Amino acid sequence: MPTAPAGTLYRGREGMWSWVAHRVTGVLIFFFLLVHVLDTALVRVSPEAYNAAIGTYQTPIMGLGEAGLVAAIVFHAFNGIRILLVDFWAKGPKYQKVMLWVVVGLFVVTMAGFLPRHLINVFTGGH
Amino acid sequence: MAHGTAAVAKVDSPRSPYVRRKTTRGNYELYSWVFMRASGVVLLVLIFGHLFVNLMVGDGVHAIDFGFVAGKWSNPMWQVWDLLMLWLAMIHGTNGVRTIINDYATRDLTRGILKGLLLLAFTVVVVLGTLVIFTFDPCPPDAPAELLASFCTA
Ligand code: HEM
Ligand code: HEM
Repeated sequence: MPTAPAGTLYRGREGMWSWVAHRVTGVLIFFFLLVHVLDTALVRVSPEAYNAAIGTYQTPIMGLGEAGLVAAIVFHAFNGIRILLVDFWAKGPKYQKVMLWVVVGLFVVTMAGFLPRHLINVFTGGH
Repeated sequence: MAHGTAAVAKVDSPRSPYVRRKTTRGNYELYSWVFMRASGVVLLVLIFGHLFVNLMVGDGVHAIDFGFVAGKWSNPMWQVWDLLMLWLAMIHGTNGVRTIINDYATRDLTRGILKGLLLLAFTVVVVLGTLVIFTFDPCPPDAPAELLASFCTA
């Protein structure tokens, strides 16, 4: 199997896949944000219009979508900090793999704190 | 030949020391690279705060309605928070998507069209979002009282 040439951490394995995931989550969040500002703008139309739109965010299916969105943000944010460390910390490139596993660990911990509470809200709360 | 860069570049005297070619494109990509990193750190705080207050506190997503937004935006702190989040996230996201378009759209025309659409989306969303934050009326006079925040009737 050909190995990646020395001096790059963006070709093959952890370095590349984390870059792909960073890209995919970034685009996803961007498109969500476009829609999100439009739905929030309904507060300027009328309280009824806003409540009707936000009501669709409170269904179980959207609840799962919100969980996915939060997962995307949490990964993108923590991996973004990893990119900063790779770029600015002298030892960053050396520890980029270790740092990816730290990102994954922090991701799991954050989601473990978020998911139960959110899912309980979504499936038992409100209405 | 002391004058005229073109001439100098063509016939270098054999002993002339190496001179770095002056870039003609400005430092736009450098600033954008720095901006992605600086804005990322601030966005982490702004967005995690936004998600925590809107999804974790109280009944989470079920607590959100017109009255909830009215409560938040009658506080200047949340207005500034949301304004910063809107602008930073939109510039960061738009600049990120611009990079991705540059990477994958190889035909000039396709790339031009995609970037045009991107700029349009950016402008519409940022202008609309900014107006919404500053022209918002938490207690619209003709709306039914039960949909409004309690401070409207007090
Ligand atoms: C499912 C998760 C989310 C929910 C339930 C939610 C809910 C809300 C609500 C209720 C508002 C109205 C004002 C306020 O509460 O501050 C708002 C505004 C806003 N949100 Fe979110 N949000 C979510 C995720 C996000 C994410 C991930 C971002 C950033 C990428 C974001 C960016 C914004 C911005 C910029 C505004 C201001 C909009 C404007 O200027 O009109 N939100 N959001
Ligand atoms: C939560 C905090 C965030 C952090 C710490 C963060 C950090 C970063 C960093 C460091 C980059 C790398 C840029 C580069 O490689 O030159 C990046 C790229 C990107 N970000 Fe974010 N970001 C955050 C939020 C967001 C949001 C809210 C959006 C969408 C509106 C977004 C969309 C993107 C996109 C599309 C890219 C380009 C990816 C690529 O070129 O492969 N990010 N982010």
